[in-house]
Amino acid sequence: MTTANQVLSEVEFEVVGTRPVRPDGVDKVTGRAQYGADLDLTGMLQARVLRSPHAHARIKSIDTSRAEALDGVRAVVTAADLPLAALSREDLGNDYNRFKFLSDNFLASDKALYRGHAVAAVAADNAHIAEAALSLISVDYEVLEPVIDVRAAMQDGAPLLHDDLIHTSAMGEVSDQPSNVASYMKFEKGDTAAGFANSDVIVEREFSTASVHQGYIEPHNATAHWRADGQINVWCSTQGAFVVRANTADVLRVDVSNVRVTPMEIGGGFGGKVTFYLEPVAALLSRKAGAPVKLLMTRTEVFEGSGPAPGSWMRVKMGANSAGKITAAEIELAFEAGAYPGSPVMQGATCAFACYELENGTIEGYDVVVNKPKTAAYRAPGSPQAAFGVEQVVDEVCQKLGVDPVEFRLNNAVTEGSRKVEGPVFQKIGLVECLEAARNHEHYRTPLAGPNRGRGIAAGFWMNRGFHSSVNMTVNPDGTVNLIEGSVDIGGSRASIAQQAAETLGISYEEIKPQVVDTDSIGFTMVTGGSRTTFATGWAAILAAEDVKGQMVERAASIWDVPAEEVEYEDGIIRHKSEELSFTFKDLARQLYTTGGGITGTASLDPTGEGNSFGVHLVDVEVDPETGKTEILRYTAIQDAGKAVHPSYVEGQIQGGAVQGIGWALNEEYYFSDNGQMMNSSFLDYRMPTSLDLPMIDTVIVEVANPGHPYGVRGVGEVPIVPPLAAVANAVGHATDQRLTSLPITPGSILEATL
Amino acid sequence: MPGLVHVTTTINGNQTDFLCEPRQSLLECLRDVVGMTGSKEGCNDGNCGACTVNLDGRIVTSCLVLGVEAQGSEVNTIEGVASAEGLHPIQQSFLENAALQCGICTPGFIVAAKALLEAEPDADEARIRHWLAGNLCRCTGYDKIVRAVIDAGERMRA
Repeated sequence: MTTANQVLSEVEFEVVGTRPVRPDGVDKVTGRAQYGADLDLTGMLQARVLRSPHAHARIKSIDTSRAEALDGVRAVVTAADLPLAALSREDLGNDYNRFKFLSDNFLASDKALYRGHAVAAVAADNAHIAEAALSLISVDYEVLEPVIDVRAAMQDGAPLLHDDLIHTSAMGEVSDQPSNVASYMKFEKGDTAAGFANSDVIVEREFSTASVHQGYIEPHNATAHWRADGQINVWCSTQGAFVVRANTADVLRVDVSNVRVTPMEIGGGFGGKVTFYLEPVAALLSRKAGAPVKLLMTRTEVFEGSGPAPGSWMRVKMGANSAGKITAAEIELAFEAGAYPGSPVMQGATCAFACYELENGTIEGYDVVVNKPKTAAYRAPGSPQAAFGVEQVVDEVCQKLGVDPVEFRLNNAVTEGSRKVEGPVFQKIGLVECLEAARNHEHYRTPLAGPNRGRGIAAGFWMNRGFHSSVNMTVNPDGTVNLIEGSVDIGGSRASIAQQAAETLGISYEEIKPQVVDTDSIGFTMVTGGSRTTFATGWAAILAAEDVKGQMVERAASIWDVPAEEVEYEDGIIRHKSEELSFTFKDLARQLYTTGGGITGTASLDPTGEGNSFGVHLVDVEVDPETGKTEILRYTAIQDAGKAVHPSYVEGQIQGGAVQGIGWALNEEYYFSDNGQMMNSSFLDYRMPTSLDLPMIDTVIVEVANPGHPYGVRGVGEVPIVPPLAAVANAVGHATDQRLTSLPITPGSILEATL
Repeated sequence: MPGLVHVTTTINGNQTDFLCEPRQSLLECLRDVVGMTGSKEGCNDGNCGACTVNLDGRIVTSCLVLGVEAQGSEVNTIEGVASAEGLHPIQQSFLENAALQCGICTPGFIVAAKALLEAEPDADEARIRHWLAGNLCRCTGYDKIVRAVIDAGERMRA
């Protein structure tokens, strides 16, 4: 380990906290790991999707006859093949909009609501034939005016995406006119106006951020086989096989037991593969063709047809007194939901001021539909946008007060017992420890010299999630343990879950054999997302291991013919209190089959107690005054992990999140023409950071144990993307003496501000 | 429907014959015709590097090479990096440095890094970052990948 990555531990364990090689590693470095696109089934067909070239259009009719007649085409489907087509508003009642929105995003029925919206699909003997068939499908569109900007969509008279979208506020107020505002929320604490009146400085600014994509390297893929007996088997790239099962069954109107979903290895998700796009379509094609169908997205389809993170508009106002205390703050957030309601504006709202002890605060949020793909989760959804605004305003308050930005944040930091604007009270958290680590870090203590350079700092918050997980464990006669789980492994979670099992059983990491299985083979497990997997599935592994331990104790007692209460399990040794009788785990494992049979431990849980996460990032930049290009000179990310189960993978989450945030800050955006056409739907033009754009990303793992988990674990995956947008903006601001309030901060926008 | 072309090539040291359509890319031929799925498709337009293979000593994005262009060539893919003796030092170094998360970009990075280190085992961080700029990774922020390649260079020099 290098000094570039530090771990500040409170507690040490035997296996938890070490850095073993991941169980799936060899397959992934040799090209043998099976991702969804690698699957091959006997008689499998290939499919492609026809997508709307218009951002907003009524679909008057679709003629698929010429495509169906093409040699090699085996099936063509449109929304007419989905159950929605046969259901009326009366059939669905209050569920109508929810079900229609779900169904329509797989295949549009009456309207195409974004460029790239799926309208038909073809299965053929190979992908080239399927593609050729797409061009033979005639769709009669009535092109409508699109609205692609969140503020424009909120105006009276804006083109309406849904004629019947009536918004309901958090207060229960219903507007009388249909609008693009799908929901409104407001939270208040104290007296915000009085707080501003008591302030010595006030900063108020507006901010905007562009739509950005999660950018996973593996495009969406799904293979489905609708068997003659009604069983639907699905193999896909997903963060949550049980979500795919539930929603596929829902949209196809079949029982969940008729759908078995096998999660293949997943090539990145970041939240974007919690949502899915292809599985029911592949299933419908398979039913029509009577063969398995593989459906892959191209990269352009990923950009145009899968969920980006929302573009946003925000107004932030903050007041502070000369003692350096925040007296009041307010934020208004308007988030683009994309074509259907459901942006993460609620999360943005509840994260916005979460780092600050606020006596007086007001938060308002709007969820707004626009003619863009329906947004999907992207790592701490909603929080980075909010932090981009809030953390820049905090920085400016510090400038006006002439105080150090770390000291100011320490002076106003939330601690255990602090109450958030919307109500919840913090349990044990590590923001202060992160800020102190920043203040003490060599990076922060080294002055930044040179022209056109600036240092930025920002903090960030994510609440993390618990949710359901299940684990089964069987003991093998050689003393190893098979660990069966339902959590897809995106970044090393097989290792971090196996480590917790090994720690609990008191055996070595190498003796745990983790395996991710399909939805028929394990109990209910929610998505790999919400920074929950190592926390919740790890906890399920701990409980399943405890179950194994209990059964091992009973077996030993029965072999020795002593009461079980006289037998103890400690550090992988099963021992009678007399200390004369003992088994190692391996000794007893060898005898199981002949002394009563094998042992299986199981656990399903839905834990609360997920510890909240905080991160603090420091960045030094240099801006070229002639070209406007920003170079990242140095980057340090500090984060409370509770307990880092596998520190290398925690560092990896922090580094990856930070770099996605740097891309969001400097390069990445969906660039639209006025009529809603995405103009940069390739990796050439949608420019994600490369190795050449970056320095090493130094990390500090702070460990403030989460009292809500047996080993003190907190989720780590999401919060690292929260601070970078603002940290980079603050750094560029100091380098240029200009506030850059709109993302991305491109060379062009810097030159516009500085020349 | 165009006719199929017979291509004779050497893949990972083994003479391999396959039939392909003239429009099929080398990546498609490797994955769908020959059945070697270690090379991945991330973009199909040469920008992500997940399909990187070594063609006659040069690394190429196999999605931008036609299968028929491989006639008479030597193609080396991720499947040929390890041997019966075990993993290549680069593969071992990727594992021990936690240089992969989802792993979809890993084959391309390993094939690209191998070409660099075989020619320049003492490549420094700047050189490695420059060389690997054609391979996108969205999970790691590149830090641990660059460290793994530096480490692999040390192992190969030893």
